[in-house]
Amino acid sequence: MRHILSLLLENEAGALSRVAGLFSARGYNIESLTVAPTEDPTLSRMTIVTSGSEEVIEQITKQLNKLIDVVKVFDLNEGNHIERELMLVKVRAEGKDREELKRTADIFRGRIIDVTDRTYTIELTGPRDKLDAFLDAIDRSQILETVRTGASGIGRGEWVLRV
Amino acid sequence: MRLTGAEITIQCLQEEGVEFVFGYPGGAVLYIYDALFNQDKVKHILVRHEQAALHAADAYARASGRTGVALVTSGPGVTNAVTGIATAYMDSIPMVIISGQVPTPAIGLDAFQEVDTVGITRPCVKHNFLVKHVDELASTIKKAFYVAASGRPGPVLVDIPKDVSQHIAEFVYPKSVTMRSYNPVTKGHSGQIKKAVQMLMEARQPMIYAGGGVILGNAAEQLTKLVRDLGFPCTNTLMGLGAYPGTDPQFVGMLGMHGTYEANLAMQHCDVLLAVGARFDDRVIGNPQHFYSEGRRIIHVDIDPSSISKRVRVDVPIVGNVADVLEEMQKLVNASPVRPDAAALKDWWKQIGEWRARDCLRYEHSSSIIKPQYVVEKLFEVTRGDAIVTSDVGQHQMWAAQYYKFDKPRRWLNSGGLGTMGFGLPAAMGAQMAFPEATVACVTGEASIQMCIQELSTCKQYHLPVKIINLNNRYLGMVRQWQQILHGNRYSESYMDALPDFVKLAESYGHVGVRIENPADVEPALREAFALKDRVVFMDFMTDQTENVFPMVKAGQGLTEMLLGAEDL
Repeated sequence: MRHILSLLLENEAGALSRVAGLFSARGYNIESLTVAPTEDPTLSRMTIVTSGSEEVIEQITKQLNKLIDVVKVFDLNEGNHIERELMLVKVRAEGKDREELKRTADIFRGRIIDVTDRTYTIELTGPRDKLDAFLDAIDRSQILETVRTGASGIGRGEWVLRV
Repeated sequence: MRLTGAEITIQCLQEEGVEFVFGYPGGAVLYIYDALFNQDKVKHILVRHEQAALHAADAYARASGRTGVALVTSGPGVTNAVTGIATAYMDSIPMVIISGQVPTPAIGLDAFQEVDTVGITRPCVKHNFLVKHVDELASTIKKAFYVAASGRPGPVLVDIPKDVSQHIAEFVYPKSVTMRSYNPVTKGHSGQIKKAVQMLMEARQPMIYAGGGVILGNAAEQLTKLVRDLGFPCTNTLMGLGAYPGTDPQFVGMLGMHGTYEANLAMQHCDVLLAVGARFDDRVIGNPQHFYSEGRRIIHVDIDPSSISKRVRVDVPIVGNVADVLEEMQKLVNASPVRPDAAALKDWWKQIGEWRARDCLRYEHSSSIIKPQYVVEKLFEVTRGDAIVTSDVGQHQMWAAQYYKFDKPRRWLNSGGLGTMGFGLPAAMGAQMAFPEATVACVTGEASIQMCIQELSTCKQYHLPVKIINLNNRYLGMVRQWQQILHGNRYSESYMDALPDFVKLAESYGHVGVRIENPADVEPALREAFALKDRVVFMDFMTDQTENVFPMVKAGQGLTEMLLGAEDL
């Protein structure tokens, strides 16, 4: 099953490679991993999307907690959460396709952020499924380039993950 | 007090009460060696290869319970040390490794003797640090000692660039450390402990399985008391030998791949299992599916939450310091109005007695050829079971574990997790440094001993009178055994040709060498050797080439699917 893990870790050189190294050394899956400093510059917030049986996810959580640089680990699947990902797509947009692509982007609440005579660059935000759905909705042959950030997650309601 | 980074490093070691540093100098650590030269509180032991520095520091820690310290230079100094670091990591040994690094401006430029030490060692340390500024040096070393020895112990490496060891800073050694990201649990959950004791009281066929965590956690006394009070059978893992006295009637022997018949069967057929400081690894329970096939309730006490429910799901997990948890259990046992069903326990012991009657460690004696088991049995007698025994890896290691009965913890030092050949001799040195008056024996084989044989020179320099018991069968014995049993007798590259004359070799290093070829000479040779209190004696026993270690559970098989002897092949 797919799990989305939130981590707070020391914002130190090498902390990312400790996490990445753990996943590769123990053969755990990483679907995506995002990390950036928080409002407290000594701390980074990381979101890891992974998959595995309940036993594997339990081990991943325990092994992450064991890393000295990791301050907190939370499995967002344990409660309601919100997940967002940013995607930038450069598409071929010529002739009659220009209007159609614009309409499709609007339907998905995407924004065209760069334009040339022959291309659009579209910005889209949402959960993974929505971004996938957009890519399915347009003609595959029109896609020139896609860039995705991987998911960032946060708990719903007043619950917060902090030190 | 304003000091150089090098002086700060040595001051920190003094503050930590470090007696010995095992190491080898080189370019990147010259300032640190200079600072060592100017003091006499911390003694440096010059090994002949960095791997040996790590093993010696590691064994010093295993034998004494204190944190071992090693000092190596950058580049090849570190890469040579990696095997020793990984050995300590797999067996959870508290160690601090100080490594030199090229100067900070040269890092990343492929400088002479530069390697990414933090990167190379990351998967085999509990934690590591690269010190980028001399101001952070003292606090980093303090953290290193704290992390290494607390929680589940392990090696911690501090990488110090040459310019950092040269720069000057105000020296203040922190009194304590707090790390928001590291707070190891110590006290076990009381509710869980209560549940565990209830479960033990309901047991009809109980079993207690104790591992290296009991030794590392200094809980042998608590374990022994609890086991005796309950009257339950107890087994120790390879790493746990000595946690419960090996000569006690409630001890059913080591379990696992080369465990006793009675220990493995009791493990499989018990109805309540108390696992303490052990981790159900592949060499212990074999195939987990096979282990599951028999239902039993499991209580698991360990300081590391990730050791619990890793290979085997357990019913009552207790995360905590083993000694504290056992003490709390003891209190509840003492206060408990119910006791385990005496009749059921009697039947269980009767069953175990029947398994024991198989006498699975029996072997064919010979008057013409030396049996390796016989050498270990005689070693046990001659040293009255009171030696610190180190070993390398292979058949001799298993025979030492099976036939030397360890009654006390920290007397059996071997590389259980990583299985590192070359561990034995440097480990014997580390143990002898920790206990200069103790009898230290290194049980090894002609293949393993050659992996760190250069340390005979270190033994000479520091007058470390260790005794080497070389079980010389001219084969990589355990490899040959697997090839015989699993690979149709095709002995691919497992024969040791062109062996040195170990007697002359020992003599060339200034030690005593003896070759023993007849069974009748085994005991006299051992007596004579151990009487030479101040000399290294290299005893080269020419043993039976075809002897195998039994019982044996083939890799991937179930714990009860044991080969008991040649008749099962």
